[in-house]
Amino acid sequence: MKKLLFLLLALPTAAFASGAAIHLDHAPVNPNDQESLQRGARVFVNYCLNCHAASYMRYNRMQDFGLTEPQIKDNLLFAAEKPGETMRVAMKIKDAKAWFGAPPPDLSVIARSRGPDWVYTYLRGFYRDDSRPTGWNNTVFDKVGMPHVLHELQGQMAPVYRTEKTADGHDHQVMERLELTVPGKITLAEYDALVGDLVNYLAWMGEPAKSQRMNIGLAVLLFLSIFYVVAFYLKKEFWKDVH
Amino acid sequence: MSELSVDPSKRRFLVTMSSAVGGVAALGVASPFVLSMMPSARAKAAGAPVEVDLSKVEPGMLLAVEWRGKPVWVVNRTKEMLDMLAKNDDKLTDAASENTAQQPDYCKNPTRSIKPEYLIVVGICTHLGCSPTFRKEIGPADLGADWSGGWFCPCHGSRFDLAARVYNGSPAPTNLVIPPHKYLSETRVLIGEDQGAAA
Amino acid sequence: MQKLLNWIDERFPLTASYKAHLSEYYAPKNFNFWYFFGSLALLVLVIQIVSGIFLTMHYKPDAELAFASVEYIMRDVDYGWLIRYIHSTGASMFFVVVYLHMFRGLIYGSYRQPRELIWIFGVIIYLVLMGEAFMGYLLPWGQMSYWGAQVIINLFAAIPLIGEDLSIWIRGDYVIGDATLNRFFAFHVIALPLVLLGLVVAHLLALHEVGSNNPDGVEIKKLKDPETHLPLDGIPFHPYYTVKDILGVVVFLMVFAAILFFAPEMGGYFLEANNFIPADSLKTPEHIAPVWYFTPYYAILRAVPPILGSQFPGVALMGVAVLIFFALPWLDRSPVKSIRYRGPKFKIALALFVIAFVGLGVLGILPATELYTWIARVLSVVYFAFFLLMPWYTRNDSVKPVPERVTTK
Repeated sequence: MKKLLFLLLALPTAAFASGAAIHLDHAPVNPNDQESLQRGARVFVNYCLNCHAASYMRYNRMQDFGLTEPQIKDNLLFAAEKPGETMRVAMKIKDAKAWFGAPPPDLSVIARSRGPDWVYTYLRGFYRDDSRPTGWNNTVFDKVGMPHVLHELQGQMAPVYRTEKTADGHDHQVMERLELTVPGKITLAEYDALVGDLVNYLAWMGEPAKSQRMNIGLAVLLFLSIFYVVAFYLKKEFWKDVH
Repeated sequence: MSELSVDPSKRRFLVTMSSAVGGVAALGVASPFVLSMMPSARAKAAGAPVEVDLSKVEPGMLLAVEWRGKPVWVVNRTKEMLDMLAKNDDKLTDAASENTAQQPDYCKNPTRSIKPEYLIVVGICTHLGCSPTFRKEIGPADLGADWSGGWFCPCHGSRFDLAARVYNGSPAPTNLVIPPHKYLSETRVLIGEDQGAAA
Repeated sequence: MQKLLNWIDERFPLTASYKAHLSEYYAPKNFNFWYFFGSLALLVLVIQIVSGIFLTMHYKPDAELAFASVEYIMRDVDYGWLIRYIHSTGASMFFVVVYLHMFRGLIYGSYRQPRELIWIFGVIIYLVLMGEAFMGYLLPWGQMSYWGAQVIINLFAAIPLIGEDLSIWIRGDYVIGDATLNRFFAFHVIALPLVLLGLVVAHLLALHEVGSNNPDGVEIKKLKDPETHLPLDGIPFHPYYTVKDILGVVVFLMVFAAILFFAPEMGGYFLEANNFIPADSLKTPEHIAPVWYFTPYYAILRAVPPILGSQFPGVALMGVAVLIFFALPWLDRSPVKSIRYRGPKFKIALALFVIAFVGLGVLGILPATELYTWIARVLSVVYFAFFLLMPWYTRNDSVKPVPERVTTK
């Protein structure tokens, strides 16, 4: 246990040294764009939900962004029977471990733990790497266990390197950007838009109450400012007595 | 302290105003806490309407399904069973289903159902909440020769006929409850949701 | 109405208590901004207790279910998200208010004779609050909950001889597990709140026994009206300070609501991103830092190098850093209480202390690089020097004459 303590105290140093800042692209998150959320939800159900559950998310919550219960039932439900159920997957954890090394994480709050920008960059950061068992690697998640599920849409990307000199004069290769080598079903711009919708949905799913929260917040602050005025004059009136 | 500049009516007005605003604040703060004790989305999902396929229920048989944690019986009554219902009327407490709390309006009829043959009823005794036993046989030894089929509550001996109407002299005060339900098609019924005004 | 009141008063000191603590409790009339934080601390305590009770109705203290039950509160329970954010924002705001309240005591000498016991009760409240916050932080059962608790409990393991057994006893297991979660839940929702309430009552009773200090550090009880025997510079707490505190409460609630509704995560300081990943005993997050209100002490812990392969000196020093507040009433030898009449030495010392405390807090959040560790060491020395050198620099500081009466503007 003492060793562990040492490790934990020393660890942040190590982590900081290795974790050079990775550039993240800004995700187009807008919880008020209902159409984007609806498109994102469809992508999520069609592609992500095969392996990843969102076990805290109930299908019928999608009514919050303009879908009706029959729409949800007809277009989006297949793992569950009722719109009130949560988004689970049929895949067994044991199988998942065998296929991917680790069970695919639950995505209910992924946008809150990773941040939408990270997820946005990640989903657009897959590239071909034959040294990996899946044949895929990722710019923000090195040696990722997940294959590029959306590659039919995006196509295949390959890294472009540039040579840089290190402080001690050695040349080394730095990944500069990704380049499309095999085109997919849609253009890269369309793919970015699709991932944008998906990430918007994931961000929404991380906290479905967010827009309600902001609306109530506005009302509360408005009310408190009225309260402030009343309390201000009340105090002023009574403190007239004090000299 | 000089009392000269004090205007008591202004002071009273401000105190009243503050109390009013404070009261609104207290109500506003209390409401989310109170509302948080209502059934959650999970409870609502678990209590969601249940769909039943009636083609699975053979004539004379009872199918029990769970709705909001309660047993709901779906009974396919035969012609003979239905014919016997009217003969019981004078032995029943509320033969005409006058007590409107016990069934939706569209089931206030002699068979207490939308389709005469299918009785859909919450299987909880209106006395103390036991679940009565289905006894469809005619005149069994323990229930007497004039028993024409129905339910017998094992807890305190309440008796109900095949329209779930309570017999005189039972401890149960009222007929069993008919839950809201509606027909989605000829053979599919949704328990837990009222059908439109037109029955 | 009067009859009912009489009936009660014959059996319970209702009117007497109301008079003693509100309508005839004479407080100095020159309270300023810094005097809001006492009543605000009481308000936050109430907020935390009420929101906590409602969270308990839905939360499940079970390692298998805890994380999911928090998300259940956030999604499925009507306004559950609001109650949860109230509680998480309240936890951080409690420390904001308490730190400012303590700072008030520091600048106006509110810990000085005859208010030593008020101060001691206050420091105990602060300690219990730290325990309360620490145990509450485990309950969401996220990665930061788990590993934060892991680090803190392992601090006890650094105590020589009994440490290892002690940490196992605290956890009730060889790792943090279901047993730990259950006992932390029990302490968090019942044991510590009860202690806290008792201490708050003691803190207030002690205060009302000796009377409030004020920004001038003048004892208002010394000068009384010869006829009424009431302090000349005192005003009844009710209505004067109740209406003033209402104003303070409204402003505070505006800040509170702004955070709660528009930035409940507060950039990861109030709710950490890693805590949205369920606890995993096999995977340590890359960067572990305690919640912000513990970071000054965490920085002191990290600043002390291990001696003879033992982390104990760091742990001990961290403990001393908190406990040293108890000694404050006896370390201060200045003839005056308030910073208004103190000399430059105290002012410089206090400024350095604030820099050290805030600086350590920032460093405790940052990863420990070599440079940062050295800065933390310097600041730790400053932190302790503020207390240990106090008898000297307060005694021979040049002070200004203290007026007879309190001053207003």
